[in-house]
Amino acid sequence: MELWFSERHTPNVKLSIRVERQLFNGQSDFQRIDVFETKEFGRFLTLDGYIMLTEKDEFIYHEMMTHVPMAVHPSVERALVIGGGDGGVIRELTRYDSIKQIDIAEIDPMVVEVCKKYLPQTACKLDDPRVNIYFEDGLKFMRSKQDTYDLIIVDSTDPFGPGEGLFTREFYGNCYKALHDDGIMVNQHESPFYTEDAKACQLAHKHIIVNFPISRIYQAHIPTYPSGHWLFGFASKNYHPVHDLDAAAWNKRGIKTRYYTTRLHTGAFALPAYVEEFLENVEKEY
Amino acid sequence: MTKLSQTEAPIYEALERFRQMRVVPFDVPGHKRGRGNHELVELLGEQCVSLDINSMKPLDNLCHPVSVIAEAEDLAAEAFGAAHAFLMVGGTTSAVQSMILTVCKRGDKLILPRNVHRSIINALVLSGAKPVYVNPDVDQRLGISLGMSVTQLEQAIIAHPDAVAVLVNNPTYYGICSDLSSIVKLAHGNGIEVLVDEAHGTHFYFSDDLPISAMAAGADMSAVSMHKSGGSLTQSSYLLIGPAVNAGYVRQIINLTQTTSSSYLLLASLDISRRNLALRGKEEFARVVALAEYARAEINDIGSYYAYSRELINGGSIFDYDVTKLSVNTIDIGLAGIEVYDILRDEYNIQIEFGDIGNILAYISIGDRKQDVERLVSALAEVRRRYQRDKTGLLSQEYIDPQVVITPQEAFYAPKESLPIDETEGRICSEFVMCYPPGIPILAPGEKITKQILEYIRYAKMKGCSLTGSEDPSIEVLNVLRGV
Repeated sequence: MELWFSERHTPNVKLSIRVERQLFNGQSDFQRIDVFETKEFGRFLTLDGYIMLTEKDEFIYHEMMTHVPMAVHPSVERALVIGGGDGGVIRELTRYDSIKQIDIAEIDPMVVEVCKKYLPQTACKLDDPRVNIYFEDGLKFMRSKQDTYDLIIVDSTDPFGPGEGLFTREFYGNCYKALHDDGIMVNQHESPFYTEDAKACQLAHKHIIVNFPISRIYQAHIPTYPSGHWLFGFASKNYHPVHDLDAAAWNKRGIKTRYYTTRLHTGAFALPAYVEEFLENVEKEY
Repeated sequence: MTKLSQTEAPIYEALERFRQMRVVPFDVPGHKRGRGNHELVELLGEQCVSLDINSMKPLDNLCHPVSVIAEAEDLAAEAFGAAHAFLMVGGTTSAVQSMILTVCKRGDKLILPRNVHRSIINALVLSGAKPVYVNPDVDQRLGISLGMSVTQLEQAIIAHPDAVAVLVNNPTYYGICSDLSSIVKLAHGNGIEVLVDEAHGTHFYFSDDLPISAMAAGADMSAVSMHKSGGSLTQSSYLLIGPAVNAGYVRQIINLTQTTSSSYLLLASLDISRRNLALRGKEEFARVVALAEYARAEINDIGSYYAYSRELINGGSIFDYDVTKLSVNTIDIGLAGIEVYDILRDEYNIQIEFGDIGNILAYISIGDRKQDVERLVSALAEVRRRYQRDKTGLLSQEYIDPQVVITPQEAFYAPKESLPIDETEGRICSEFVMCYPPGIPILAPGEKITKQILEYIRYAKMKGCSLTGSEDPSIEVLNVLRGV
């Protein structure tokens, strides 16, 4: 018997993974949630049929979302994660002793519940005493926050479905308002490769550059995401992601990583020519 | 004929039966279920174009309904508590015009507030009726026209005892409701019929917590925009009448201007939307109310904005308020409503219903999701953070009492000349000028052009309102009566 999970990356391309068994299926108020077990990728979580993380490659995404801003900002004490109910970013953040408070605004309590039960690899630090979980719409949570955080990590799903509000100009504007004067925002920035994804990517970039004085894009390779080529946004009020990288200070912390290094940090901001070009096209409009 | 139940949708069911018969078409429309127009099929889908068919025996005829359309009318009448309901395919405009043409002949007097939709004054041009305007009070802080107070109507009736009908727009675009029951009692006591422009009040028929509907208040006729809050396709609407109105005569009036090729897409959409509201309307509108109340509370929390509601009720010109309306005053942000409206669209990809001088209206309906409301509220918070400025210099909208010199019909057809707008002061206008939306005339045919009106037009243009109605699209030139 062969059981296959398939996700359409475009109407004409799909990725299929052979499944050993399904561990969970449920419908929350916001989305359908599934957890599968596979030989190749270990366990993986899907929301509305889209892969959010697999045990095999989640480290790439979570390390790149977390350590890049942490190696630039010299003293993050208060961090906020929007989305991210799987706990992967939280796990990475809790590795920094200097962080005093980690808030999460996750819209869907069932995601947290399911991840705690089936994906302890990422959810393992959700009970850290520094972590406060708010089950609230990200946009709503941000509205009332002002000058509160050093770092905001936007660990959103996609620009459609429950996460679409996290790709909007009003949301990024609210993030700007919620950050301290030297704050940094990092966001999941979609893929530049397939046409539809690239459009979403351009739109997100447009909405960020109108809100933040510094806005750069960096990349990583994530096998289970569409095209495998994934982008992240680094937006800040003050720090430049490469010029203000303090490699020595970060390395002194002794945090052991599998993907991120301070050498890779600099390289991740060197983008393929076609990506540079389409981002510049957006920037030229402003 | 056995009595149908609200679970049925006779037009929709007839279309289904017809589809299964696989009839070969040698009649219009010529696209023949889309086979002759592939691009149209690609645009609208096969299902949709295959429903675009002609009136025929199994599908009845809107001009003279005897079978499935007659049944759909009966069901609609029952659902709305009316003596009879007409399915309209020319928008609520055609329903409004049919109401006025039914009760007003040439020279008859119609009492109405000035903040009515252009379609009503257009109907006066068609019928030749004389408008008697009742001054709708204006809320000074919000700059919006209010409802019709019973006292003002009383005065109008004393001054014009020969008036044949009164027309009330209820609710207004902003959600303001008048005391319909008392208006009906007063008017009927004086032998005057009551017409209601209920374009924005379809949902009143399907809730116990919203203001009273026209039919429940005993009005004679009401034009209901099913396509606004009712969920049917754009341009589809209902005309409802009470027991004292002759349905056969109304049908004749409707047929004067209604198409003989009515669209079954529109008719079927009316039919299934009526079924939906009859079966699930109460829960649906309870959800809409909850969503609107949530948005209102969140917007008021932002500060500077004023999303108003029932607290405005004053027993007279604001007898009740439609809480599904999300009307927000923007003056304290230092921006005109139209400016907020433009910023929301251009910068935040959010399209709201309209912005006027001091207010915006976001339309909340059965199709809205909480997450989209979060976007709207957050965008408004951002607009405030980024744009808030001193509000001095912002004009608030004032009611300008129209000076009607001759009837709209006489003015519309009279000899006229075109003058640069600055030279028209003191002349009589022969055309419309209005801000669209909301489409309420600043000037109507037959009215005197005053300095105050010209100033208002200049200001609205400067703030980016889209002004419409006149022959000259840029409103640099106005048509006025020649030699008067």
